[in-house]
Amino acid sequence: MTDLQPNPAMAGTTQLPVPESVTSRRRGQLARFLLRYGIVLALIALAVFFAWRSPVFLTSANLLQVLLQASVNTIVALGMTFVIITAGIDLSVGSTAALAGMVTAMTMKTGLPILGIAVPWQVAVVVGILVGVLVGLTNGLLITSLRITPFIVTLGMLSVVRGLTLIYSEGRPIFGFPEGFNNLAGTIGSIPTPAIIAGVLAVVSALVLRFTRFGEYTYAIGGNEEAARFSGVPVNRYKVAVYTLCGALAATAGVVLTARLRTAEPNAATGYELDAIAATVMGGTSLFGGEGTVVGTVIGALIIATLRNGLNLMNVQAFYQQLAIGLVIILAVALDRFRQ
Amino acid sequence: MTDGAAPGMPPTLRVADVSKTYPGVRALQQVDLEVLPGEIHAVIGENGAGKSTLMKIIFGVTQPDAGTIELQGRPVTIGSPVEAQRLGISMVHQELTLVPALDVGRNIYLGREPNLAPGVIDWPRLYADAEALLRRLHLPLNPRREVRRLSTAQKQMVEIARALSWKSRLLILDEPTSSLTQAEIRDLFRILHDLKANGVSLLYISHRLEELPEVADRITVMRDGHTVGTVDAKTTPIPSLIRMMVGRSVDQQFPRIHVPIGEEALRVEGLTREGVVEDVSFTVHAGEIVGMAGLVGAGRSETARLIVGIDAKDAGRVFVNGQLVDIGSPAEAIAAGVVLLPEDRKQQGLVLPRSVKTNLSLATLQEFSRLGIIAQRKRDAMAQRFVQDLRIRTPGLEFRVRNLSGGNQQKVVLGKCLGSRPRVLIFDEPTRGIDVGAKVEVYQEMNALVTQGVGILLISSELPEVLGMSDRVLVMHDGRLVADLPVAEATPERVIGLASGEETSQMASAL
Repeated sequence: MTDLQPNPAMAGTTQLPVPESVTSRRRGQLARFLLRYGIVLALIALAVFFAWRSPVFLTSANLLQVLLQASVNTIVALGMTFVIITAGIDLSVGSTAALAGMVTAMTMKTGLPILGIAVPWQVAVVVGILVGVLVGLTNGLLITSLRITPFIVTLGMLSVVRGLTLIYSEGRPIFGFPEGFNNLAGTIGSIPTPAIIAGVLAVVSALVLRFTRFGEYTYAIGGNEEAARFSGVPVNRYKVAVYTLCGALAATAGVVLTARLRTAEPNAATGYELDAIAATVMGGTSLFGGEGTVVGTVIGALIIATLRNGLNLMNVQAFYQQLAIGLVIILAVALDRFRQ
Repeated sequence: MTDGAAPGMPPTLRVADVSKTYPGVRALQQVDLEVLPGEIHAVIGENGAGKSTLMKIIFGVTQPDAGTIELQGRPVTIGSPVEAQRLGISMVHQELTLVPALDVGRNIYLGREPNLAPGVIDWPRLYADAEALLRRLHLPLNPRREVRRLSTAQKQMVEIARALSWKSRLLILDEPTSSLTQAEIRDLFRILHDLKANGVSLLYISHRLEELPEVADRITVMRDGHTVGTVDAKTTPIPSLIRMMVGRSVDQQFPRIHVPIGEEALRVEGLTREGVVEDVSFTVHAGEIVGMAGLVGAGRSETARLIVGIDAKDAGRVFVNGQLVDIGSPAEAIAAGVVLLPEDRKQQGLVLPRSVKTNLSLATLQEFSRLGIIAQRKRDAMAQRFVQDLRIRTPGLEFRVRNLSGGNQQKVVLGKCLGSRPRVLIFDEPTRGIDVGAKVEVYQEMNALVTQGVGILLISSELPEVLGMSDRVLVMHDGRLVADLPVAEATPERVIGLASGEETSQMASAL
């Protein structure tokens, strides 16, 4: 029986009394505002707190630093948002970022993989991102064709891809890249280039989720996969596409990270999957699927970066930073449960 | 008809002047209800009439704003479901609440297992108790059988056993027959009459008016949060009940119109899926409604799933408008002009957390997008049209379908199916769990479709619906099609007999 829950909209079988429906809708809007933007208030509260505790925090140099620190995680988390909206998960993104960074670095140093032909750094970047596409594609195909849960497939791939990175690099870091590549982590005007890349990708992702068939199907698959299939949505094809997109974004993050560090480390980006999941879930994307926004994810990533930055400015030890970030994540998941 | 009641005994339950207001909705207004010892008392009303709220109050899920509740003459306040059960009130929910991985005995005593020592369960006693309870209730169930292996009807028996393991005096049943077959319903009624003979009172919520004379003693009708009245179940005709429920008279329960039968729209030949569907062949013409009857598990929904490519067939061919089509997925079925309205609207029909317009456009999104980008205005116009045409009562196109009533949810699924302008529409249990008014609207929509030349296959467990709406009736039994009858020859007795396999041999010899 779905009738007569305490929701005036459900009395839909009879005509709604207008004033009541209006007040309750307004109340619904307020609740929705708080749920959606409660996370904004949290970010503002954090900023106010750090501004009070440290004179440096609110300087433009430091705020740009926060943006820079948030950018790699934001890029990874964008892909994670798509995946989690389909009620999936991708644990392999950190390893994928490392492999993509490594492949890009090796290509710049020794030419195209296997072929050994020297290419400009731009091509090396494309090759690195294609590696991410390949990893994502593999994830998607394993999940849809073997019908293994995303958690297990991507947990396996986390290890497989990290192993490939270590084998490929023989465990050694690579450095000494062309200036043009390193400029990927430079600034345009005074804004860090990684933040601009992350911002552009975020806007595109938001538009895709909101206005395209791909976005609509992403929500539908997460909201009810069976109903989507019954409605003629090619569920498997879209799932593969979502994991491929996630792999591509993780690889992009890996390239940006490599430029920032000016080094490709085989152990780079370890644990980044957790930061990305944290940012996504804090931003209100439901682990049960069918719900989530890019704006939320970006704010989630900003909260994590702000926490790290502010705690550093306050000279809080790294160990305590771990603790604080963990608590914030749990708080965010508690909020998610409350929403259900 | 309260033959279980001894004169002078106080009623098992008396609800007097109960009111309940939710923000924005007056759910109940001065409701009265009296249930006598050993009485089966039905409560009927359209969705939103207040039945569920009343049951929630009696079961302690929510508290009334005003009014009194008496149990056997003593005023009580029922603060929680646990308290209700301690007072002897149990409830069997429409959506079953068993743990599939546990066996029958463990489900019955879940959370109240007999202990040998604190934390150590006395398994032999638990199973012995369960067995005794099941025997006392005449329920043919093995307490060690895993619940996931049971049929829906058997699961419901477990629910009833669990409810009565509290030594209940009053058992509330919320739409217990909505997913049962005719035979299972007969079994259920036998169990309910057993309980009644033992002095248990039953509150019985149902949308199926035709079963009430058989099962109930009295009927209380609710409308818009009021009790309209209480009548005798055996003597009150169905049209009067409907009039009380909707406050006006509904001319016809099954407003069937007949249109000229056109060309062949769908032909199925030798459809087979090993162990599920065996060699099924039939035809549906344009403008024709072909009903499909059978017991749950006879292979009706499975046949539909094979036709639209949800499951893979082992053999068989499907023709649409005389053309052989190769359908390997629902998307291809939609492209070929065959659309299935699935039996489980929440599991298979709707993306509950998404909006009305998203759901309405889910099957036809390609039409509303260019280069992958959705043409919002075009889609809004389409959604608005369906909301008006199908009279979907929703506050807006952006409203989440989760919060619509069952009937309106079903209309959204219907709208989604109609969006692709199918040649053939397969309705699988289209009126399950929706109220009389919404049912008639679904039937009228079927009429509109056949008038436009659509062919309809109507799969339903409600025999009156099949007989009332169809031109021809197919009957399935045990994965096979055992009869293809003109509706005039399809008497209820004959169809039930065929569906339960009694007439199969005669049919075979007749062929």
